[in-house]
Amino acid sequence: MEYDPKHTSTVVLKPFSQSHGVGVARSVSVDLNNDASLLIDIPDALCERDKVKFTVHTKTTLSSFQKPDFSVPRQHEDFIWLHDALVETEDYAGLIIPPAPPKPDFESPREKMHKLGEGEATMTKEEYTKMKQELEAEYLAVFKKTVQVHEVFLQRLSSHPILSKDRNFQIFLEYDQDLSVRRKNAKETFGSFFKNMVKSADEVIISGIKEVDDFFEQEKTFLLDYSSKIKDSTARAEKMTRSHKNVADDYIHISATLNSLSVDDNTALKKFTNVEGRVASDEELKLTELLRYYMLDIQAAKDLLYRRARALADYENSNKALDKARLKSKDITQAEEHQQQCLQKFDKLSESGKRELTSFKGRRVVAFRKNLIEMAELEIKHAKNNMALLQGCIELLKSN
Amino acid sequence: MDLSKKTFHWMMTQRICLQETACYTNAVTQEATEEVSLDSPEREPILSDGPSPAITPVTPTAMLTPRMGLGTAEMFERSLDEIEEDDSGDTFDMHIAVSDPEKVGDGMNAYMGYKVTTKTSMTIFSKNETTVRRRFSDFLGLHSKLASRYLHIGYIVPPAPEKSIVGMTKVKVGKEDLSSAEFVEKRRSALERYLMRTVKHPILLKDPDVMMFLESSELPRAVSTQALSGAGILRMVNKAADAVNKMTIKMNESDAWFEEKHQQFENLDLQLRKLHASVECLVCHRKELSVNTASFAKSAAMLGNSEDHTALSRALSQLAEVEEKIDQLHQDQAYADFYLFSELLGDYVRLITAVKGVFDHRMKTWSKWQDTQLLLQKKREAESKLQFANKPDKLQQAQDEIKEEIEELEGKVQQGEKDFELISKTIRKEVSRFEKERVKDFKVVIIKYLESLVQTQQQLIKYWEAFLPEAKAIA
Repeated sequence: MEYDPKHTSTVVLKPFSQSHGVGVARSVSVDLNNDASLLIDIPDALCERDKVKFTVHTKTTLSSFQKPDFSVPRQHEDFIWLHDALVETEDYAGLIIPPAPPKPDFESPREKMHKLGEGEATMTKEEYTKMKQELEAEYLAVFKKTVQVHEVFLQRLSSHPILSKDRNFQIFLEYDQDLSVRRKNAKETFGSFFKNMVKSADEVIISGIKEVDDFFEQEKTFLLDYSSKIKDSTARAEKMTRSHKNVADDYIHISATLNSLSVDDNTALKKFTNVEGRVASDEELKLTELLRYYMLDIQAAKDLLYRRARALADYENSNKALDKARLKSKDITQAEEHQQQCLQKFDKLSESGKRELTSFKGRRVVAFRKNLIEMAELEIKHAKNNMALLQGCIELLKSN
Repeated sequence: MDLSKKTFHWMMTQRICLQETACYTNAVTQEATEEVSLDSPEREPILSDGPSPAITPVTPTAMLTPRMGLGTAEMFERSLDEIEEDDSGDTFDMHIAVSDPEKVGDGMNAYMGYKVTTKTSMTIFSKNETTVRRRFSDFLGLHSKLASRYLHIGYIVPPAPEKSIVGMTKVKVGKEDLSSAEFVEKRRSALERYLMRTVKHPILLKDPDVMMFLESSELPRAVSTQALSGAGILRMVNKAADAVNKMTIKMNESDAWFEEKHQQFENLDLQLRKLHASVECLVCHRKELSVNTASFAKSAAMLGNSEDHTALSRALSQLAEVEEKIDQLHQDQAYADFYLFSELLGDYVRLITAVKGVFDHRMKTWSKWQDTQLLLQKKREAESKLQFANKPDKLQQAQDEIKEEIEELEGKVQQGEKDFELISKTIRKEVSRFEKERVKDFKVVIIKYLESLVQTQQQLIKYWEAFLPEAKAIA
């Protein structure tokens, strides 16, 4: 992975085809973007201070769009708006809504950059340059990651038979002015916050509801358990890759000092530190990112289950209401209609839910497989590189 | 102990035990310990219960035993220089191993006894293989004798390992945990390196105290190494006095070589300390990495258990196993980081302090010589002034007295000059030997360290290649 050396506070990314990170988007959510009728990608992005501006590029053969090929600038908040709009759409209650991309987080490299600036006086020029390069690489890595998760989000939508036709989605892709007028105003935000609170309370009640369908019963148990495990694994994988980066950084300091001691020829040691740094970041890409993505995805699947459970509860309640109405001989038709509606809704949710959850499992297995294979292959490649470097260094030392 | 088994893996010395000598009995007085900083007392003359510090290099003949192979009379005539050159055709062939730490006694009187095995083919030793038991204060005692004998005449005496209150107290109190085992292992390894460095020095090797240390079954207890003994307190006073003196001595350095070397060693000191700090950081981070890898492995195993797709579940469990093995790798690597790299650097930081001490001694020798010269000058002036003294009857007596004093002083000035030249010559030789040793030492250790890294990488490849088919088997 090469990095673009012309860095200032604004960073421009080269088109993805040039970087090796292009695999990540595909592997985390496999085989998207293969429907030529609607192709979406994020070819570049700008980073200004805290704000990242993504360029969302669409190529389509669908007549519902005004142009066949166009691009719009979007901010992270626009993606969140789109996600929330989809979640709140009743019609999609039976679908797994792809998880919203996490907010771009440059905190870690920024903090390190700050510390590096403070410690500049205690380092040699070479050491400082090397550390700075590593930091810039890290910064770039964070940047690439955030672009990819945003891209994957859009691609999941475009490849979904129902969601791709969503009106809000279209607006998101096409509307060539600032979307902020469409975004929530303060009142609505508060409203959705409140709704989330209610939802969590509901979840507690609903998870106690007796399940009528074996499939869903199994799924529920599995998802609940898996969700907490994967959250745990993600956190620990993060810690592990961070430690690994620390070790790589230490090697930078060591090789710089060895240099000034001119005890041996340590260009090999320098290269070794490069490779160690790469190992840490590859590990992160393949393993940690995979786990993190699926942690979110599983949450989305759980949300689907809850919506369905809610529909079931509504149906059961409507049954009770109907019985009560029959007893009182009042508003029977109304109650019957209501009950029918609930039943329909519940059936629809169950049907589409089953479909979604099955395909979700398939996706998950494939993605894990791909990432685990790639991670193992990368580890092997790096270890072989390291070995060659180190052995060359040893030869050199022995021959002196 | 498991740790000592590990040292086989890293250290090159051989261990062949011949005879077990009787265990060292406990002495009456306790060994008080003090925390000593990296600026150790090597730079100051350490008063010990050995022979008093001589100004001229005279071999303490009283300590020679007949088995040395050189008659005592011959030793009188030779200088240390010649001893160094004539090594009776022996190439340096010696291995010392420090092993089998065993706690002797209980409570605060307890101490660690170590087995010291010397294996050599050199003729100056009476046997090819000797085993003795020694305790830490014996090592310190040896060092203090050597330091008092050789430091002030310009020889770089390798510093002994540091005392440590915290570490030793844990051991005494009987805390059988990992950190006290680590402490004992660290100390054992340091003692071994100390002995090897000492005997690699051609002069020190032949010192009778060194021989006695390696060969005799019982040693007199080195009491003056205790911090709170009379000698210990005198040490501290001397340390302070010397620090003040150093500030006031301004030497006219006529020899550019010394100026240059002094500067070089200052730089080297800085760089080594920095490197040492970096490597200690590395050890710390690698231990962290090991802990985090282990915790991830456990979590991945649990994830695998809860996964309902069979092949994926199996792959995740395999991943957990791989990560566990990798954690072990990290631990081993951290061990290497520390024992190969970090400890070597620590040793050298202390050695450089000894080198700087030797330079300081030269300065003191010069200063003494100059002072004597000034005194002589004053006496001469006083002599000429005597001519104008008033009491003629006392004049002759005073003149005789002064003439005597002047003669004595002239002798001292000559000696002072000789001392100064000798120490300068010795230092030049020592420094060049030190540099050669340093380069060799570092090279050997770095190669070993890199080889340990290579091994880690090899293992990594093995583990991941074993995992790959499992990942591919996910259907």
